[in-house]
Amino acid sequence: MTLLSIDHLTVQFATRGEPFTAVSNAALTVEPGQIHGLVGESGAGKSTIGAAIMGLLEGTGRISDGLIELNESKISGVDEAAMRDIRGSRISMIFQDPLTSLNPLFTIGEQLIETMVEHLDLNASEAKRRAIELLNRVGIPDPKTRIDQYPHQFSGGMRQRVVIALALCSEPEIIIADEPTTALDVSIQAQVLELIKELARERQVGVILITHDMGVIAETTDVVTVMYGGNIVETGPTEQVLGDPQHDYTRSLIAAVPRANRKVHRFPKLSYDGRQTDFAIEELARNWPKQEAPDGPLLKIEGITKRFVEKRSIFPSQRRMFTAVDDVSFEIRPGEVFGLVGESGSGKSTIARMIAGLYQVDKGEVYFDDIAVSHAGLDELATYRRQIQMIFQDPFSSLNPRHRVDAIVAEPALHLGVIPKDQINERVSELLERLGLGAEAGSKYPHQFSGGQRQRIAIARALATQPRFLICDEPTSALDVSIQAQILNILKDLQEYLGLTMLFISHDLPVVRQMCDRVGVLRNGQLVEVAETATLFSEPKNDYTRELLSLMPKTDLLSSQDLATAV
Amino acid sequence: MITFILQRVFQSVIVLLVVGLVAFAMFRFVGDPIDNMLGQERTDADIQRLRIELGLDQPFVVQYAKFLGNAMQGDFGVSYRQGRPVSAILIERAPATLELAAVSGLLAIFFGVVLGVFTAIRRDGVAANVIMAVSLIGVSLPTFLIGILLIYLFAVELGWLPSFGRGDTVMIGGWSTGFLTTSGLQALVLPAITLGLYQMTLIMRLVRSEMLEVLRADYIRFARARGLKNRAINFRHALKNTMVPVITVTGLQLGAIIAFAIITETVFQWPGVGLLFINAIQFVDIPVMAAYLMLISVMFVAINLIVDILYFAVDPRLRVDRTTAEG
Amino acid sequence: MDAIRRAWQSDFSWSFRRSPVAVVSLAVVLLLVLSAVLAPLIAPHNPFDPASLNLMNGFSKPMEPNAFTGDTFWLGTDDQGRDVFSTILYGMRISLFVGFVAVLFALVLGVSLGLIAGYVGGWTETIIMRIADVQLTFPAILVAMLIFGIAKGITPVHMRDEMAIWVLIIAIGLSDWVQFARVVRGATLVEKNKEYVQAARLIGRGSGAIMLRHILPNVLSPVLVIATISLALAIIAEATLSFLGVGAPPTQPSLGTLIRIGQGFLFSGEWWIILFPAVTLLALALSVNMLGDWLRDALNPKLR
Repeated sequence: MTLLSIDHLTVQFATRGEPFTAVSNAALTVEPGQIHGLVGESGAGKSTIGAAIMGLLEGTGRISDGLIELNESKISGVDEAAMRDIRGSRISMIFQDPLTSLNPLFTIGEQLIETMVEHLDLNASEAKRRAIELLNRVGIPDPKTRIDQYPHQFSGGMRQRVVIALALCSEPEIIIADEPTTALDVSIQAQVLELIKELARERQVGVILITHDMGVIAETTDVVTVMYGGNIVETGPTEQVLGDPQHDYTRSLIAAVPRANRKVHRFPKLSYDGRQTDFAIEELARNWPKQEAPDGPLLKIEGITKRFVEKRSIFPSQRRMFTAVDDVSFEIRPGEVFGLVGESGSGKSTIARMIAGLYQVDKGEVYFDDIAVSHAGLDELATYRRQIQMIFQDPFSSLNPRHRVDAIVAEPALHLGVIPKDQINERVSELLERLGLGAEAGSKYPHQFSGGQRQRIAIARALATQPRFLICDEPTSALDVSIQAQILNILKDLQEYLGLTMLFISHDLPVVRQMCDRVGVLRNGQLVEVAETATLFSEPKNDYTRELLSLMPKTDLLSSQDLATAV
Repeated sequence: MITFILQRVFQSVIVLLVVGLVAFAMFRFVGDPIDNMLGQERTDADIQRLRIELGLDQPFVVQYAKFLGNAMQGDFGVSYRQGRPVSAILIERAPATLELAAVSGLLAIFFGVVLGVFTAIRRDGVAANVIMAVSLIGVSLPTFLIGILLIYLFAVELGWLPSFGRGDTVMIGGWSTGFLTTSGLQALVLPAITLGLYQMTLIMRLVRSEMLEVLRADYIRFARARGLKNRAINFRHALKNTMVPVITVTGLQLGAIIAFAIITETVFQWPGVGLLFINAIQFVDIPVMAAYLMLISVMFVAINLIVDILYFAVDPRLRVDRTTAEG
Repeated sequence: MDAIRRAWQSDFSWSFRRSPVAVVSLAVVLLLVLSAVLAPLIAPHNPFDPASLNLMNGFSKPMEPNAFTGDTFWLGTDDQGRDVFSTILYGMRISLFVGFVAVLFALVLGVSLGLIAGYVGGWTETIIMRIADVQLTFPAILVAMLIFGIAKGITPVHMRDEMAIWVLIIAIGLSDWVQFARVVRGATLVEKNKEYVQAARLIGRGSGAIMLRHILPNVLSPVLVIATISLALAIIAEATLSFLGVGAPPTQPSLGTLIRIGQGFLFSGEWWIILFPAVTLLALALSVNMLGDWLRDALNPKLR
C-alpha cells in the first residue's frame, strides 16, 4: 500500500518578472517503513518538495499544479485548517539545524508534551511518561532529569535527537527530514542516520530524506530520486540508481563524488549542466617564476600552541583558557600537498590561521624556508607574505561584495608591491582568462557570480602574487559536489604545473584522499598521526584515525564507470 | 545570578558617581555661584564669607565628596531663582510628575504591546496596515503638537476637559495626589494621553518588528510543522521570545517618559519637576538642574536594574549554568 | 550611461518605483528641501527685513485682503504683519540646516566610534560601548537639553543668540551618535569575521585600511536607514527644544519657534499662525519617516 504519492507536482514562486518554477512535474511515492532519498545540488528543488508536502511553502511559493495524496486522500490544495490537522499528527518534519529548531525558552519536556497533547488523546502526566520513554528511545541518557532541561543544555547531536523525538512523538505516518545531519560532525552524523533508519523500520514510518550528500543516500536510503533544476531526472532503488545510473546528470554527479578507496588523477569533465568551464592552468606556467626548492622542508612547524580566553575576568583566578592547538609539529616538503583532517573544534583552522599570521603563535615557531615567521622583521615578513596565499572556505564571504572583481584580484599583488601598477591589469585579466572566467569578469561585482565562479576568483586572487605556498582552508566544503570536483581539479593542476606547495585542510576524508600526498590527523588540538595518504587509509595506526575512517559513509555502491576514463 | 546582580549594582553606582561628577561640575564651573547668589550690592567680605560657607576654597575632590554627601542626604543647595532649598521644591513637585508618568507609562505599555502583537500576527490585514500607517504619523508628530491639538479640541472647542494645571489635589502624608478628586482625574486625561501616545507608538512598532523577527525563526517553523495551533504558536512560543528584547527597550522608554514629561508639563502647565527643570534651564538655575539630573539618574538606574532582573525571569539561558552533555 | 541604466534596473530602484508611498514621500521631501534652500527667491517677503514689514498688516487672514492695507497673504500674517508663508520658508531653512548638520555630526562620530569599537575590540570597545549604554539610558532629548543648558551657562550673554544654532546642533548631534555606533559596531562584528577581511589581513593590510576600505562600505546600508530616521528625529527634537524656548532664538525662528509663537494666538482665534508651521513640520517629519521606513524594508527584504 502506498503511503504518500506525489504526482505531476509543479511549484512556482512569483517574482518581479516571470514566475520562477522551482519544481516541475515531479512524481514520487513512499511506502511504510521505507526511506526515500531526495538528492540533488543546490537549487534542484528538493527542499521545495518537502515544504510543498507540509503546506509550508515560504514567501510567494504555491503549488500551481499536481496532486499529493496521503493514504489515498488528497492533501494538496486543502485549506489551512485541514492542513494543520495533518501537519504534526500525520506528517512530521526534521530541520537541518538542531541549534535553532528548538524554542530556547521552553524545556524540551514542555515542547514534547505540548505536541503530544495537541495530537494524541492524552493528559499531561500520561504525555510526560510517554515523552520520557521516547527520549530514552532516541538515546538521551537520564531522560527523567533531562526532560526538564532547556535546549541550550544539550549538545548539537543531542538536540538533533530531541528534534527527532519531537517529530516522532505525535506518531506520524511520514517524516520529512531536510538535511538532518548536514550541521553535524561525521561521528554524530552516523549515529543520527542509524537512529532514523532504526525508527523507520521499527515504527513503519515512511521517511523522505532530503540531502545533497551521495554518501548519506548510499548509507541510508532504500529508494532514491535524483533532481536537477526542478526536475526529477532519475528514480529507483538506491542500489540500482547509484550502481548503474542511466541519466547523464546522475552519472556526472556520481562521477564527481570523491571516493575514499580510490584516488583519481583528475575528476572526469562532464558537460551535462553547462556549469563546467575550461580553465588552463598549464598556460600560467609559462610566466611563472622558477624558484629553487630548498633541500629540506618548505614549511616547518615546531611545537606550536594556541590558547583562547574562554571566560574573561579581571581576576586571574577566574579566567578560563581553552587550548585550541596543543604542541603541534609537522613539516611540508616542497611541491607536496599536506592534508590536515579533524572534526570541528580539532584546531585545524587555527593552525592555518597561525601559519598565515592571522593569529599570534603562543608557543613554538613556524619556519618558512629560512624565515622564523613569528620573529620575522618587516622585510622578512613582506617576503613571506608574498610567498604564501590562502583560499578560504566560503566564497560568499571571502570576496568583498562592494569591490569589483579586478580590484579584488589585484589587491594582494598591488599592496605587497610584487608588480608595478601599470602591469597589474594585464596580470589580472590573464588570471581571470586562465581560470575560465573571461577577462570581462573583472568589471563585475562578486554577487554576479555563482559559488564555483567565486571560488575561482578567490584562486585568481591567491595566484596574483605568484606565491610558492597555498593554504586551502576547507576550500570546497561550501560547494556542490560537481563544483567541488572542478575546484579540486584546478588545485591539482596548480600543484602539477606551477609546483605549488599546499596545506590542505578538510573534515572530509574522501576529499583528502584525492588531494593530499601526506596527511595529519588532529584531535582536540593534538596531532595524533601523520602518514602518507595511501598508508593512512589502508593501515591507520591510531585508534581515532581508525574510528574516523570507519564512520565515513560507504561509497561502494556508487558506480565507477566514468572514473576509468579520467585516470 | 546574585553575582550578576551585584555586578550590575556596582556598575550602577559608578554611573551615579559619574552623573554626580557632571552635576557637580555644572554646579561648580557653569557660571559663578557667587555671582548668582549675591545681588549687585555685595562687598568683598560677603564674597569671602560665602566662599567659605560654600566650601569653594577647598580642594576639588573634597568639594565633590561634600557635594555627594549632601546630595545623599537630600541637600542639593538653594535654588538661585526661588531662593528656597532645592530639595523642598522637588518634594513638592515630584508627585505631580510621578502620577502623570505612571498613568501614561501603563497606557503606553498596555496598548503598545497589544497593538504590536496584533499588527505582527495580522500583518497583511487591513486593520493592521491602517494602525501601522497611523503609527507613522504618531512618531512624526512631536509631543508638543499632540498636546496643543488635544487642548484645542477637548478644552477650547468642546470644553470637556481642563487645558492646564492638575485640578484639585488631596494631601496624603506629604504626597499631593490628583487621583482622588474629579477635577484632578479630569485634568490628568489630556496630559497622560499626550505623554503616552508617542511612547505607545514606539513600543508598538518595536514589539511588532521583534515579533515578526521571531515568527521567522526556525523553532517557529518547526512548531508549525508539528501542527501546533496558531494560538499556541503566537501567544506561547512567539510572544515569550519577543519579550526578551522588548523588556530592554520598554525599560528605556519608561525612562524616556520621565524626560518627555518635561514637554507635556510645559504644554499643560503641569506643576511637576519637568516644568521646574525647563524653567531652570531658561534661567540657568544650576542647583535645580543638578538636582534634577541626579534624581532622574537614580530613577533610570533603578529601572535598568529591574529590567535586568526581569531578564532572569524570562530567559532560562541566563538562569542555568551551561552544562553541555557529550554526544 | 551604463551605470545609470544599471541603477535604474536594479531591484532597489524597481521596488522604489513600485512603492507609491516611497515616491510620494521622496517628492515631498525634495519639494520641502528645495523650497527651503531657495527661500530667498521664492518667499514673497523677507520676514527679517524690518523695512518690508507693515504693522498694519498684522493678523491678516489667509487669502483675504487685509482690512487696512488691502494686501493679500496666502497663509495670512502674524501679529507683527510678517507673512506666514515666508516665515515658514525661512523657518524650514533653520530646521533643516540644524537637522542635517546634527545628523551628519552624529553620523561621523557614531560611525567612527562604532567601527573602532567593533574592529579593535578589547578595552577600547568596552569603554566606548559602556559610555554608549549609559548615554542611551538618558533620553536624547534630555541630553540635548542638558548640553544646551550647560552651554548657555558657559557662553557670554551677548553671544547666546548667535551661538544658539550651533549649540543646538552639537546638543542634538551628541545626543544621537549612540544609535549609529551601536548599529555600526554590530555590523562590524559580523563583517570582521568574514573571510574577505581575513584575506586583507593576510597580505598585511593595516587596521585603518581594512576599516575604511573593506568594512565601512559594507556597513553603510543600515547607516543610511538610521540617518534617515535620525533626520526626522533631529527635526522633531529641534522643533521641540525651540518650542520649549531652549532652542532657536526668536531672531532666527525655526518651525518650532514659530509654533511656540503661534500657540499664544490659537486661543484667541488666529489659528493660521500656528496651523501652517505645524502642518509643514508634520509633513516634513512624516515624509522623512516614511522614506526611512521604506528604506529599512527595501534594504532588508527579510523584514517584510
